[in-house]
Amino acid sequence: MIYEGKQKIWADYQKEIPDDHYFYVRSCIRQSFFPASEATFLDITRNRLGKDIFETEHHTTCGGIAYHSDTIPQETVMTIIARQFALMAKNGYENYVCSCITSFGLYCETMETWREFPELEAKIRENLWKTCKLDFAKPKFLIHASDLVYKYRNLIAKQAVHKLVNVHTGQPLRVVEHIGCHYSKMFPSKGVGGAEYPYVLVGMIEAWGGEIVDYPERRHCCGFGFRQYFIKGNRGYSISNTHKKFESMEPFHPDFIITNCPGCPYFMDRWQYVIAESTGKTYGKDGHGIPVLTYEEVAGLVMGYDPWDLGLQTHQVGVEPLLDKMGIEYDPEKKYLGKGGKDIGQPEPCICMK
Amino acid sequence: MVMGRLYDLLMKDYRLREGLNACINCGTCTAVCPAAEFYRYDPRRIVDIVQSKDEEEIEKLLRSDTIWYCGECMSCVTRCPRKNAAGLIIMALRNLSIELGYFIESEKGRQQFLLTKDLCSNVLDYGYCVYPRRFDYAGHPEAGRVWEWEEKHLDDVFERLGGNLDGPGPGAMRRIPQEDRDQLKAIFDETGATERMEKVRAAGLKKAAELGMTEEEFSRMVYFTSDPKHLNH
Ligand code: SF4
Ligand code: SF4
Repeated sequence: MIYEGKQKIWADYQKEIPDDHYFYVRSCIRQSFFPASEATFLDITRNRLGKDIFETEHHTTCGGIAYHSDTIPQETVMTIIARQFALMAKNGYENYVCSCITSFGLYCETMETWREFPELEAKIRENLWKTCKLDFAKPKFLIHASDLVYKYRNLIAKQAVHKLVNVHTGQPLRVVEHIGCHYSKMFPSKGVGGAEYPYVLVGMIEAWGGEIVDYPERRHCCGFGFRQYFIKGNRGYSISNTHKKFESMEPFHPDFIITNCPGCPYFMDRWQYVIAESTGKTYGKDGHGIPVLTYEEVAGLVMGYDPWDLGLQTHQVGVEPLLDKMGIEYDPEKKYLGKGGKDIGQPEPCICMK
Repeated sequence: MVMGRLYDLLMKDYRLREGLNACINCGTCTAVCPAAEFYRYDPRRIVDIVQSKDEEEIEKLLRSDTIWYCGECMSCVTRCPRKNAAGLIIMALRNLSIELGYFIESEKGRQQFLLTKDLCSNVLDYGYCVYPRRFDYAGHPEAGRVWEWEEKHLDDVFERLGGNLDGPGPGAMRRIPQEDRDQLKAIFDETGATERMEKVRAAGLKKAAELGMTEEEFSRMVYFTSDPKHLNH
């Protein structure tokens, strides 16, 4: 597809993203594996950009992972979702921003199903009152947290300390973007840029000085597959799909991968490690892997956050080659320290992957 | 069996009503499907069987491993020229397979025994689908040496990274107040999730007894077993 063609698609799929005042809902996987990413999102939006992003401790899982593992009925997950929406309204908000892509897709699907089948919406309204004594409400705007960072990308660029540029060559960094499947594969109009060429991460990379790499398996799933990962006997499904993506992107020599989904950075990071340790194959240069980052981590690096405050030490693929390319100073001695410099040991080294 | 019984039951599922239009058997869904890449699996065939309303074939599906191969990525939805959603049709088939107790007959289907136990208890006990203290390195060695380290120092790591593991108030992995978890339980009771948990558990324990296994032995078998017959290569 020629570039002008993509721009035409992007122009067709622009969604309205309010500038401010959001009810924030977290992601189970991101909280477990990337807690600093959510902390960075809140710090950037609230403290650096002065936005009103509200969180209540009373929100819960949306139930999406349990639902997509077919363990709970559709009516259950819809009532949990209705409860989340009700908390938004109760706290005086009408813009809903969620950290999770599985949630985001499920919210889109739920709202669409309610629209198509009003009797189901009525049933959920009744369930919600019966179980939680909460009033039913729907968000006016349903936004994924990456949509919001996309919206703020130029404001972030204005505060940039580092660019996505190789300081040694002056060339833009080459970036693979990986969009979570449930962001827009079901409802292309709900994602920035649609489903085939989503613009949400591309826009960030371009605004911050990098260059996007196209490759054949760009839209292929990371391989999570819910039940295909949680059950050990099924995990071959998961690693095979990640492997397919890496084999496809390898000839294009990306400097790093940016993701907007909770699971994808975990799988693309950890399966690289497994491939390296079991076969000796690494996809970066000189025994390194290709670093896989969340969009908040990338925004944080651009804005000059310390890499260890961003949690980059909790990735299995080392990020140091990327930090070196960007000219970011870091203290290797501090990488694995706890709060206030507390010594909490460090991970055992890998055998094959640096 | 009365003609149309299973098809009619399927049509009660909103996901099927949303996901099934006229399939032209083009195979686009299969071409893009990550499950078809790995397993002997063809979503086109599943959509075709359901739209054929062939009761015998639908029943075979409900008792088979086939419906459990999908990863629910929904890649098929974007590309289908007729706006079918194979992924949603599969969710409806899985739902009915569980309702009718057929899921326990296949190796992949009976994995629901563990999935339901683990994920639902995470939701009810903590308010999260995934909870790091229940994500052990021993069971997930692919989580890497870094997770092995994090697991040993979880409180310190969360504190360092601005999380709030099991703490009061908002924040990452905060302790969700009891009153909110009580509401989740009430939702489970009201909307059929509790009943489903009990049904899946009873079917699993019955199967374990038939196989002469304890729950522990059965769980291990379900967690680890993967017959090569499922694979494409
Ligand atoms: S892509 Fe759509 S029309 Fe083609 S075989 Fe699959 S479900 Fe049928
Ligand atoms: S949702 Fe299922 S059938 Fe559809 S592409 Fe994904 S794995 Fe294949």
